[in-house]
Amino acid sequence: MESPEEMLSPRAATIAPSELPTFSPAVRTALFDYLLRLGDDRLILGHRLSEWCGHGPILEEDLAIGNVSLDLIGHAQAFLALAGRVEGKERDEDRLTFFRGEREFRNIKLSELPRGDFAFTIARQFLFDSYAALLMEKLQSCRFPELAGLAAKTLKEDTYHLRHSAQWVLRLGDGTLESHAKVQAAFNDLWAYSGEAFVADEVELLLAKELGIPDPSSLKAVWVERVSALLKEATLQVPADCFMHTGGRKGLHTEYLGKLLAEMQIVPRSYPDARW
Amino acid sequence: MTTTSTKVVGSNPGGEWPVWEVFLQEGEEGSPHKHAGSVHAPDGEIALQNARDVYARRGKVRSIWVVPAVVITASSPSDAGPFFDPAQDKVYRHPQFYKAPRGVKVF
Repeated sequence: MESPEEMLSPRAATIAPSELPTFSPAVRTALFDYLLRLGDDRLILGHRLSEWCGHGPILEEDLAIGNVSLDLIGHAQAFLALAGRVEGKERDEDRLTFFRGEREFRNIKLSELPRGDFAFTIARQFLFDSYAALLMEKLQSCRFPELAGLAAKTLKEDTYHLRHSAQWVLRLGDGTLESHAKVQAAFNDLWAYSGEAFVADEVELLLAKELGIPDPSSLKAVWVERVSALLKEATLQVPADCFMHTGGRKGLHTEYLGKLLAEMQIVPRSYPDARW
Repeated sequence: MTTTSTKVVGSNPGGEWPVWEVFLQEGEEGSPHKHAGSVHAPDGEIALQNARDVYARRGKVRSIWVVPAVVITASSPSDAGPFFDPAQDKVYRHPQFYKAPRGVKVF
């Protein structure tokens, strides 16, 4: 069990002050990009979830979504801090969060879509949590100890997030006619954004070879199997194969990310040295 | 009421979800579950998750029980006199007239 100090300060708990291994320039560049991907997926989705604060359908669910949001932002903080150390240009997690432009963000588009209604939020969360838990399961045995450690720590919370979102999918799908229709519509709308996480590019392929990170395309079959099984249990249709959006990993985003960043970044950009 | 299925129980449209009382076990294994508060939830699994998020996120909790509030039979404030007052003036009901063996420190 973690001490309260560790829980309040993820940086202290997760980033060992040890020296990083020496990487070749190509691996260093790829690893920096990969850590941004991990961090940005969670930062942007965490921010989206935080928009529910005070708007949850009931008090208890408001708190639950807020907790998941804080967990994801905590994960992002750890991944981005490690990204900054790998990059070696004195950019910490705050610098990377608040002083990068839209085209420098590496999250999948699934993370940035507007929160929609509760069914949409839950459906997106279930798709993401299933992916995140599966990825962290594999990533914890990669050959970069700092990253493997972060993955192991993240996995525990991802497992809880998945339990939360999966249980809600079951209840909405197998609930009332209205909840069933809303969550089915949400999955239909989201499906075209569900493939991006599993497209491997040169970054992941290089790191798979050099550091033993999982090739994302190797995760897809298990993900589809797990997601389909739960949707069926929830009496929902698994959406048919369709065109899949990509581009987020290269910094090409939907129109929604810019607005999100504007809100997230305005204070540090207006008052760069502000302290509070 | 003690369903563990995923069906929403008591789903009266526009109505409130049932109340569940939350009991947390902290510290040593085998220590008692203590009442922490209550949550609304449609069923046991969601009640458990809500209890975790509302009451168990910061502490060192070992286990959670959730109990539908409707299954608890409670004494009412007006019972307080007849139920509890007589104990006050009957000292012989307190176990203070025994000689504790030497070495026992609890008394």
